[in-house]
Amino acid sequence: MSKLLIKNGRVLDPASGLDAVLQIAMEDGKFTAIGEMLDLPGAEVFDASGMIVAPGFIDMHVHLREPGFEYAETIESGAKAAAAGGFTTICCMPNTLPVNDNPTVTSYIIERANRHAVVNVLPIGAITKGSAGEELAAIGSMVQAGIVAISDDGRPVMNARVMRRAMETAKSFGIPVIDHCEDLHLSSGGDMHEGVQSVRFGLRGIPSASEDVMVARDILLAELTGARFHVAHISARHSVEMVAFAKSRGLSVTCETTPHHFALTDVDVLEYDSNYKMKPPLRSAHDIDAVLRGLTNGTIDAIATDHAPHAGSEKMQEFEKCPFGIIGLETALGLTLEKLVHSGRITVGSMVELFTTGPASVLQLQAGRIAVGRPADLTIFDTDREWTYDVNRSCSKSRNSPFDGHVFRGGPVATVVGGKIVWQV
Amino acid sequence: MAGLLGIERLERPEIEEILDRAKDFQPVQNESFKRLDLLRGRMVVNLFFEASTRTRTSFEIAAKRLGADAISITASGSSVSKGESLVDTLNTLAAMRPDAIIMRHSASGAPHFLARYLPTPIVNAGDGTHEHPTQALLDARTILDRRPTLEGLRVTIIGDIAHSRVARSNLYLLSKFGARVVLCGPASLLPSELSQLAPGIELTTDMRQAIRGSDVIMMLRVQLERQHESAFPASEYFRFYGLRLEHIGLAKPDVIVMHPGPINRGREISSEVADSQRSVILNQVENGIAVRMAVLERVLTRTCRNS
Repeated sequence: MSKLLIKNGRVLDPASGLDAVLQIAMEDGKFTAIGEMLDLPGAEVFDASGMIVAPGFIDMHVHLREPGFEYAETIESGAKAAAAGGFTTICCMPNTLPVNDNPTVTSYIIERANRHAVVNVLPIGAITKGSAGEELAAIGSMVQAGIVAISDDGRPVMNARVMRRAMETAKSFGIPVIDHCEDLHLSSGGDMHEGVQSVRFGLRGIPSASEDVMVARDILLAELTGARFHVAHISARHSVEMVAFAKSRGLSVTCETTPHHFALTDVDVLEYDSNYKMKPPLRSAHDIDAVLRGLTNGTIDAIATDHAPHAGSEKMQEFEKCPFGIIGLETALGLTLEKLVHSGRITVGSMVELFTTGPASVLQLQAGRIAVGRPADLTIFDTDREWTYDVNRSCSKSRNSPFDGHVFRGGPVATVVGGKIVWQV
Repeated sequence: MAGLLGIERLERPEIEEILDRAKDFQPVQNESFKRLDLLRGRMVVNLFFEASTRTRTSFEIAAKRLGADAISITASGSSVSKGESLVDTLNTLAAMRPDAIIMRHSASGAPHFLARYLPTPIVNAGDGTHEHPTQALLDARTILDRRPTLEGLRVTIIGDIAHSRVARSNLYLLSKFGARVVLCGPASLLPSELSQLAPGIELTTDMRQAIRGSDVIMMLRVQLERQHESAFPASEYFRFYGLRLEHIGLAKPDVIVMHPGPINRGREISSEVADSQRSVILNQVENGIAVRMAVLERVLTRTCRNS
């Protein structure tokens, strides 16, 4: 019987509106008491004085590379990186080998996670078989096996009719459709955002319009089908505006953005450094402004990392040959504090929402709140401690981050999953 | 300057030094004994991952005329075809201690990426659709053989600008010296952002307007291998963007016509123009050797001084 008492922290729980210095008691994986004066004999005690104690953060968009690409990441290493970033729940995309397009793979991931992951791992299933964009995957069976959403992330469904059928199916099984919105014809061959910098570098561009046209299509299909539709890693100005429009019409349309998409622009791309190569690409300052506005006005529901590990050898190539994506679990909180909270754009409470109730409501999860009887997942962080990110000490198996050496102000201090401290600084 | 990766970052005095030195080397080409011993005992590796005849030969001749040893490797005969990564290939070559690696690659930025990891100076002989610095230098040398200065000249570059490393290197160089650069081509091959790369750049899709009053017309090869789709109807390319005798009258009377080669007669330039008195295409080729001698001398003697 494990007991844990977190003392003297500022407990910040947006779901209940709690914001006070309190003690939190946990037993057998669940919250048992929250109060001003608590004592829990025989419990491990963690003094969180000067720190913020929030519901466990949820990252609804990661790539764990297992099964199939264990040289880049495993469920175990990805989960460790998540814990080190303050996340207690992560949702893994289906682009593994084999693709998570059937309940056998779903069960395998859940089984591996139960055995090896220090955080909660919730799989996302594929929309189509092999994410090939043609024939629907075994969506209902995967829901029964434990997926929380469907997505062909990275290989978006180009056929609007297939997308319509996917939305209808997802709706009937009570899960959202997450789309990596990219018109593959418009973006074909592109390596970075289409703008002055891509022209300067002689790299093929990925226009913002390649994102916008798919967001528009999917919003219209969401209206047609009544499905819950979620835009992954939104990065373009018009896309943000269209999501706001869809919300104003009462549609079940949500979106997430990533820390790198509000922290960096295409001008920050270091000359042919593949640690700046991802999809969607780092956009223009105009786009970033719109993303920041979306984060402050509630258009954007969640911050997700799109943690995308790639082995060093894959990223040590000619820029155009390198795969897209960067790791992000360990730098997400630091970047968000820097760009959103310390800059005065949002309160720390709103930030916690973007990491907890935001994604929880998109996926309709029970997680993301502190309440007696609920699973005891907590993210304990501070907002002022200076620390430097050293990618070579990352818990991830991969090293592809543009933030190596970055000095952060504030970050995760301890991560509690199921009433146990699974990581601390 | 450890190597030479591009024109964009070069300062004007550095460019002037190379162009002046190239002028010293021009007479060597006409001597019966063409070899100088300035770089005796030094070795350069020509590493070409992309088909090239004139540039590779030109660099090889330049190295040999300076007394250096030159080895040429083409990708098809190298370990690249055995699946070795670019970094490993270059590290292997660097371990054989050449004094410089001259490199052409189809990926933009490939030499820049390697320069971060290799101690050996790299001379960029063309990277993807990014830069081709020695081409811009030899073009400038060729213009300056006929004009006292680049300043104030109207230089019109016509063709597939989007995919042209020759256009990029030239616009950087010409802009640094105060020339007005007019870029002209089909709209789909002429991204509007080009005008922000350097001062004094004008864009137009109208070839006649582009040529009017020009001192120099540079034609670009239609790069079929770099177009992943047809961005402009091939059947009407020559009609709208092919340089013909009728255009020459729109330019200054002493206009010169340039082309980096290889030329496609009847595709971007008519035979009449290519072979006309106004054409300096073969002078460009000749100057290529003198300019590359100047570049190699500079790169190799710098390394010598540093080591």
